[in-house]
Amino acid sequence: MPGIIDPSVKVGSQIGRSVLRVEGRDKVTGRAEYTHTMRLPGMLHAKLFRSTVPHGKIKSVETRAAEKLPGVLHVITIDHVKGVIPNPYYGPAFHDQPILADEKVRFVGEPVAAVLARDPHVADQAVQLITAEYEELPAVYDEIDALTAQTFVHEELRPAGTFTDLKHLQGMTNTNVALDYRLRRGNFERAYAAHEFKTQKVVHLSFEPFATIADYRPDGVTIHTASQGPSFVRMEIARLLGLPENKVRVKVPYVGSGYGSKLYIKLEALAVALSMIARRPVKVAATMEEMFYQVTKHPCTFRIKSGVDKNGKILARKCEVFWNGGAYADIGPRVTQKAGLTASGPYDIDNVDVDSYALYTNVTPSGALRGFGVPQLVWAYESHMDMMARALNWDPAEFRRKNLLREGSVHATGQTLADAPLDKVLNTVLDRIGWNQPFDRGSGSIRRGRGFGIAIKAVTSPTTSVAIINISADGSPTVYCGTVDMGQGSDTALAQLVGEALNVPTESVRIVQRDTDVVPYDMGTLGSRSLFHMGHAIQRAAEDVRSKIAALRREVGEPEGSNLPISALFQKRYGMQAGNIIGSGIFKPDYVPPSRENGQSPNITPFWLISGAAAEVEVDTETGHVKITKLVNVVDTGKAVNPKIVETQISGGALMQLGFTLFEKIHFDGGQITNASLADYKIPGFHDLPTAMENLYVEHEETNGPFGAKGVGETSMFCVSPAIANALDDAVGVRLTELPLTPEAVFRAIRTKAGKPLESE
Amino acid sequence: MTAARTIAFNLNGAHVTAVVQPHHTLIEVLQAEFSLTGARESCGQGLCGCCTVVINDHPVSGCLYLAAFVDGAKVTTIEGLETANELSAVQQAFIEASAFQCGYCTPGFVMMVTKLLDEHPDPDEETITHYLSGNLCRCAAYPEVLEAVKLAARKRRTVGGKSLE
Repeated sequence: MPGIIDPSVKVGSQIGRSVLRVEGRDKVTGRAEYTHTMRLPGMLHAKLFRSTVPHGKIKSVETRAAEKLPGVLHVITIDHVKGVIPNPYYGPAFHDQPILADEKVRFVGEPVAAVLARDPHVADQAVQLITAEYEELPAVYDEIDALTAQTFVHEELRPAGTFTDLKHLQGMTNTNVALDYRLRRGNFERAYAAHEFKTQKVVHLSFEPFATIADYRPDGVTIHTASQGPSFVRMEIARLLGLPENKVRVKVPYVGSGYGSKLYIKLEALAVALSMIARRPVKVAATMEEMFYQVTKHPCTFRIKSGVDKNGKILARKCEVFWNGGAYADIGPRVTQKAGLTASGPYDIDNVDVDSYALYTNVTPSGALRGFGVPQLVWAYESHMDMMARALNWDPAEFRRKNLLREGSVHATGQTLADAPLDKVLNTVLDRIGWNQPFDRGSGSIRRGRGFGIAIKAVTSPTTSVAIINISADGSPTVYCGTVDMGQGSDTALAQLVGEALNVPTESVRIVQRDTDVVPYDMGTLGSRSLFHMGHAIQRAAEDVRSKIAALRREVGEPEGSNLPISALFQKRYGMQAGNIIGSGIFKPDYVPPSRENGQSPNITPFWLISGAAAEVEVDTETGHVKITKLVNVVDTGKAVNPKIVETQISGGALMQLGFTLFEKIHFDGGQITNASLADYKIPGFHDLPTAMENLYVEHEETNGPFGAKGVGETSMFCVSPAIANALDDAVGVRLTELPLTPEAVFRAIRTKAGKPLESE
Repeated sequence: MTAARTIAFNLNGAHVTAVVQPHHTLIEVLQAEFSLTGARESCGQGLCGCCTVVINDHPVSGCLYLAAFVDGAKVTTIEGLETANELSAVQQAFIEASAFQCGYCTPGFVMMVTKLLDEHPDPDEETITHYLSGNLCRCAAYPEVLEAVKLAARKRRTVGGKSLE
């Protein structure tokens, strides 16, 4: 029978098959259930009253009119929250974020009060009746200003204790610096070229907005939530409530994407507090507008300098990276360190200085967004490389080849490079864009150009995944793992690994829905780590299953090599089709933390992620409009477990980054977001697709990966922005150093170059 | 809030009634009264297409369409496309072309593509992007959706897929 472990049948390899998505039917029929549309009996709806000032002391919150509105059951402020959770501060890196604003507000949009009602419209209406008075404080918005500002977003730094490299910040005052990471290699003396690059504030905008339903009972709490990391939610809620972890149950149904926004803890602590107060299930569900007040990508200023000898060899590079973390740290300090360590790029440079700073500011917090900071870095270093190549009259491809890290070279962190096929990726990119072929450069007001970039990322480390495989007495396998399939296809890919390891067709592997009551620990679905880490855990669990089957075989007196089906083994052992075989596996890669002194480590990452992109653009010099006529995306996948899913990930990531490159930007006016809606914040649609797009992967088996595989969720984001900016320079000779590359910015640059600058805005 | 009223309409082939407030949107009523959650609110402004439902053969944004207005109308949702456990040609094509990632916007796309193919059984790429310009996908599975539309068109021509008619 298919789907049953049967030693007499050879199923054939499950790796490298474009298996159709295991959840496809649920998704095309609309039956897939998401938290945002879930209801529990007796559930109340929460709506939030938010701060209208960027930084201020709360003088009063007037809630009486809201309380009197018929249908309103509770109006809740931080004082009520403290009645049930005395220390209501949470966060993955710092315990700096209050469940509702406490004494102070730190950004426009920060939740100050919550209204609970059975009817969400009543709750909404009541929110309009709340007023608050603030004593406004000076606010700081820009990451560079935050470094020297005399206004401080937080009175005192409160590291969570989770990460050892943050401990020295405990109790620090009079600073907006939430982490200063540094890397030193060799001596940095000479500088040839110095450039500064900036990226803008953009937002994930998952189409399923944030949603959590908490159901608190005296014997524990159940949380239904759109989360990328149920294990972390469980730990953090257990800590806040002083409960053992087994009294906190976190269930994650289908997740309408995340891209990093639904990591760690978001609405969960608030929903739990509200449910504790109301003693009813409470749902907190965001609107699209509210997505702009939860978490965004980090805006970044990157000052990069390089010294180059006359042969084109980069001798030294200095990187100063300033991350605009917003009002609460979220995972910003990790982004600062983990991205910071590859800030010098995929190049072999003897002398490297990196200083990477996480900064608090009075805007919506920043967190992880599909690349953990790396896209911001690549934007800068690959633009910088092109500017230097042009200034030195080097072919940009030759200049990179001359400096590229190769297998066996030592990366700036001190780790020796392995399974990082930079050459192969670069060559594929150049080949597919036809770098050495002539092309039509256009004429008149239409000009064409080409550009490319190449990048490296270290996977977030060290992190742990645990998996359980349960074989039923008929021989069918069920997998329990905490990796959340938020659309990337991990359920399908992980099922393929199980199929391969246990010799069953992928289609017959059951992966249970995420529920911390049954699935074991996983650090989180982030940073392209799942296929590698959970893949290893699954391989180990499968190994455990196989050895237990062999033991059962021996126990019932079957000879070595017996082909008796599993169900018959159970029959023999238990007298009927009964019992289970349960295998488990834990994986945590080796890791040596970077030295606090110089950031050096012989083992900073279990694997490297490599990608490259090239763009061919057409610029209308009369309007500044940039049309992408061809986009080539190439990533290194290790062994591609499911080629179709890999291709979809490459394409989806590149198109998302296309939006971040060409038009997406959150606009502010005095700390107030002025375009918090899909009407005013444009994202890519059908009409924004490049005229031609190629999504390719280089298969270079990852020696220490499960079946040679590695993650692929983020890599295609990295090089899109610099490839387009480099192509733009190639086409019209202007260099933009700040994203997005809007027609206005392009047109202004063209006019400035022509000596006829436009008046400033 | 003003008086509730009872409306009667045809929902996926069945005659139904519901008590609605004047401010209730069709999406709210479909979810709260009929537990149909395939059409979902996302942007809340009729821009993303996640809430697409068909009223008297016209696709509309259910997050903006007031429920009171469907009194006497024929409403088709994603749940109405499936017959006796058989997927429509469009649904089947979406699976085969992997034309989704997170799936949140997928029902809206499937509804709009069904309408497209009812009106243009063999659409060119320009017609496809014109019909689908009001459906956004943050995972950007656009190339795969294009593939799915072409595949669905072929399936409907050869086996006669289910249409909205």
